[in-house]
Amino acid sequence: MKNLFTLKKYFLKYKTDLIWGVVFILVSNAGTVYLPILLKNAINDLQFNTTQTKMIEYALLIVGTSILAGIFRYLIRQKIIVVSREIEYDLRGDFWSHIQKLPLRYFQNTSTGNIMSHATNDINAVRMFIGPAVMYSIDTVMRLVIVVSIMISLNWQLTLYALLPLPVLSVFVYKIGKLIHEKYIRIQENFSQLTTLAQENFSGIRVIKSYVREANEIKKWNKLSQEYIKKNMKLVRVQAVIMPILYIITGLSIIIVIWIGGIKVIEKEMSIGDISAFVVYLGILIWPMIAFGWVMNIIQQAEASMKRLNKIFSEPYEIDDSEQTIHSIKKIKGEIEFRNVSFKYGENLPAVLKKINLKIPVGTTLAVIGHTGSGKTSLVNLIVRLYDPTEGEVLIDGYNIKNIPLDILRTNVSLVPQESFLFSDTVFGNISYGLREINEKKVKEVSAIANFDKDVESFPDGYQTIVGERGITFSGGQKQRASLARALATEPRILILDDSFSAVDTHTEEEILKNLRNYMKERTSIIISHRISTVKDADLIVVIDNGIIAERGTHDELIALNGIYADLHFKQLLEKELEELS
Amino acid sequence: MSDIKQEDEILGKAYDAKLMKRLLIYIKPYKKYVVFAIVMNIFVAALGPLRPYLTKIAIDDYIANSNYNGLMMISLALFGSLILQAVVQYFLSYYTQYLGQKTLYDIRTQLFEHTHKLALKFYDRTPIGRIVTRTTNDVESLSELFSSGIVMVFSDVFIILWILSFMFFMDVSLSLVSLSVLPVLFYGTFLFRKKVRESYRDVRLHLARLNSYMQEHVTGMNIVQIFRKEKDEFKNFSKINSDHRDANIKSIFYYAIFYPSVELLSSIAIALMIWYGGGEIINGTLTLGVLFAFIQYTEMFFRPIRDLSEKYNILQTSMASSERIFKLLDNKTFIRNPENPIKLNGVKGKIEFRDVWFAYDDENYVLKNINLNINPGETVAIVGHTGAGKSTLINILTRFYDINKGSILLDGIDIRDLDKRDLRKFISVVLQDVFLFSGNIQSNISMDNDEITEEKIIQAAKTVGAEKFISNLPKRYKEEVKERGATLSVGQKQLISFARALAYDPKILILDEATSSIDTETEKIIQDAIEKLLVGRTAIVIAHRLSTVQNADKIIVLHKGEIREAGNHQELLAKRGIYYKLYQLQYKDQELLKT
Repeated sequence: MKNLFTLKKYFLKYKTDLIWGVVFILVSNAGTVYLPILLKNAINDLQFNTTQTKMIEYALLIVGTSILAGIFRYLIRQKIIVVSREIEYDLRGDFWSHIQKLPLRYFQNTSTGNIMSHATNDINAVRMFIGPAVMYSIDTVMRLVIVVSIMISLNWQLTLYALLPLPVLSVFVYKIGKLIHEKYIRIQENFSQLTTLAQENFSGIRVIKSYVREANEIKKWNKLSQEYIKKNMKLVRVQAVIMPILYIITGLSIIIVIWIGGIKVIEKEMSIGDISAFVVYLGILIWPMIAFGWVMNIIQQAEASMKRLNKIFSEPYEIDDSEQTIHSIKKIKGEIEFRNVSFKYGENLPAVLKKINLKIPVGTTLAVIGHTGSGKTSLVNLIVRLYDPTEGEVLIDGYNIKNIPLDILRTNVSLVPQESFLFSDTVFGNISYGLREINEKKVKEVSAIANFDKDVESFPDGYQTIVGERGITFSGGQKQRASLARALATEPRILILDDSFSAVDTHTEEEILKNLRNYMKERTSIIISHRISTVKDADLIVVIDNGIIAERGTHDELIALNGIYADLHFKQLLEKELEELS
Repeated sequence: MSDIKQEDEILGKAYDAKLMKRLLIYIKPYKKYVVFAIVMNIFVAALGPLRPYLTKIAIDDYIANSNYNGLMMISLALFGSLILQAVVQYFLSYYTQYLGQKTLYDIRTQLFEHTHKLALKFYDRTPIGRIVTRTTNDVESLSELFSSGIVMVFSDVFIILWILSFMFFMDVSLSLVSLSVLPVLFYGTFLFRKKVRESYRDVRLHLARLNSYMQEHVTGMNIVQIFRKEKDEFKNFSKINSDHRDANIKSIFYYAIFYPSVELLSSIAIALMIWYGGGEIINGTLTLGVLFAFIQYTEMFFRPIRDLSEKYNILQTSMASSERIFKLLDNKTFIRNPENPIKLNGVKGKIEFRDVWFAYDDENYVLKNINLNINPGETVAIVGHTGAGKSTLINILTRFYDINKGSILLDGIDIRDLDKRDLRKFISVVLQDVFLFSGNIQSNISMDNDEITEEKIIQAAKTVGAEKFISNLPKRYKEEVKERGATLSVGQKQLISFARALAYDPKILILDEATSSIDTETEKIIQDAIEKLLVGRTAIVIAHRLSTVQNADKIIVLHKGEIREAGNHQELLAKRGIYYKLYQLQYKDQELLKT
């Protein structure tokens, strides 16, 4: 239970509603319990001489009490279950605001599916505890106390006999609930095996067809399906027991009442009306007893889920403002310096960047070129603090970027990541993503620079066209140009393009670069690329190889050096020739 | 934001006679059993309603007359009926679930077999996730229909009928009075179900929005952080989160109204009985026992009615899933086998391409007028720049796709006249992107083919030089291979795929070489392996290795779908044409490595 204790603050927030909920449970139970007493009295009266009007009185009383109890039953749900939804809302909100602050490292080590499962399944399991579990346990306890004391007042011996089977019911439901949960997990495992096999088969269909192994794969599938049936039937065997056992236990109580109660009636110890009241009381008790066993399972599952949630809540932010943050920094000019920067993604992983020293003066353009995996992306990720360096420091305008307020840093440095990611929003919404207010002029302006304006004009709804599955699916090049425009719109002091033209054809790329020249005049910029054509005009070009700066200089200097850069240059010329060959 | 609608999300109409008819076909093999289950259900349905009647006898005949023995007998009878009901109920629900599972198994098997027959064209166009969902989740959502849906409808209806019969048998006028609430209960329950269904759909819609928001923003978290949009995004999130909460709270309302209303209705029924029945008892026309039994019946009514209303949901989800399943089953994208295929008992391995044209979309030709002769035992290297059509050449030879014009001949026979399976048995393909299945090393080499003995597997592994790393694994050939071979290196995976091809000992080998970017030591092993692989067979290699092109009998230079140059390494270099450029681009560096 210690994990669920975290929920205390949420409970306290809604304590008035919860207290009212408990009061309502009490009142409605009083009504529910009064009904059988009315019934008993009516039946007892019927055995002796009574009048029609007396019966009508009883009938009206029954309906009246029932309406009253019903109203409060309604209010209970409106209080307690609603509170559970409110707390679910708060909890998920807290969860999300925490998730948003976690570093990129966390998202790279945790699958999206995993995070999603916490946000939905785990939070839901906790919700079940807050709502139904709390409601039913209070309800059960109250009912039990009231009903049992009335039953005892009617006849304590019969009460004892009749209630004997009911605790068994609770234990049974609890045990079987657990058993079902276990079997269910087994089934889920088997089901995911089926899914994996299907996934594997359809991905590897070419190999299967090549080696004519279809029949064999089908055999495997059928075998797994057979097992799946078996596992399912194991669950069925348990589940099928539930209803019969419920019948037996509840039916047994009633039979005891009729038999032993019947004897007592014959012996004039009790009346038929008492017996009726007993039967109805048993009916009232059965559901709470079932719920009780069920609630125990909910609590266990909620505890496990809360444990997982608490683990996420304790994940450190890693990258955030700290005590060293110099809050007086309000602006950034744009000089970047790497001082002895080394970086690795994990303690036991090899260094991706090794002792990098590099200075980029304000207003200049640096180009970074190198093979896949050489460390180019890691280098620029450090500038926006998606990661912090393992050793050394990155400085902007002479300040260690760890001391620059994160807000100032990220609003002044704009990185266009390698994988263009657009939200399923309108084109306008995507491009103006980084803007604080709507600025149509700006959006059009930057779209033109990114050579995206003509594309937008061709879309059915222009800038209001929705991007993604629910609207228009962009080509790789369109995605890249849109995310370039998005970055340009923020008017950053430092612009970083991480291989942002890879899906754009060379001709368009040249035009964009031409447009950018003016835009970048006052700004510092870093361009990562595989293409010589993209980088050749930069003020400084560095070739990264295996985490170190292998070559640096201008285009002409590097060609003269006749190293990696020159080789790349030669090959790209050849490729161009081949492509142009008809 | 517009509504989220995906193919898998749409809820269609609840009942479609055509679909239902097609679904029922799957029960046909089990018809006798289903009928038996239904008959048994009718019988068990009587046992529950029997008990209040027995209590009536107990009260009126035995308690009233102080008959201890009779009371005991009737109590035992009650107990007996209880036990009987429980036992029969248990076996019956086990039995119907089993029938349901059987039916699902049949559908799942049929679907899986069907998808394996579909041509690659289908796989090119359909996201794999979707095919997986069809064969797994969609089938699963039919489960309720087959396992409980069809049979249980009968059970619910008959419970109601039995209750009615007992009531009318005991007292007609009291039945009519107490049943007067029944239409309200019926109507109320179905109205509630409808409202709940609507609000549930609303909840699901908001949940889907919440999920897709989170999914999207977790994926794009770096953008959110780079643009410092955490606060704004949190506002967006809170809006979606609160919509979801409100939709849920709305559905609480229906539950909060419904359950008390049902209790109220049963109280009203009891009140009516007290009023009317009480009057009859005063007049002496009714006994206490009957009143007692009737009170019990009012509580019995609710469950079957609620169950019936739930069946609607089951029907709706089943219709939606079955529609998608049938759509896949109706897909007939096959590569047709000839009706009377020419039987091949062995091949020499002569391959001929005659005026071959091919387009994936019947419009843009990727291969144009290909003419090529490959003699038995020859190694032909195919080279070309990206997009030249090299892989396509392989795809059409094994009939993954059928060509548009011209013909491909194997030993002089058009491959379209051969059985596909025969054709593929003679030709082994080693793809660049090695695909390993979960299992172990051995099963990946033999592809679970029992005809390939363990010795053959080991022999193949030895020949390609995979033996060394395999024997270093803790469980050697039985070492587990995870999904897609995640624990093995690129080089190791390639060696396994070579061993796989070798174990099948094909007459013709097609090899799509992986671009060499592995360490020199592995590179050496792989080069040796390739050499051994090619010995004694006709081979077509999409070459990325200098050694391969140098050793090939013939090099074919593909460029933009056409054969532009042909000859051996030295001849082609001397030409200073396309091959010369490709050589400088791809192979020259390897020359440096060699020296």
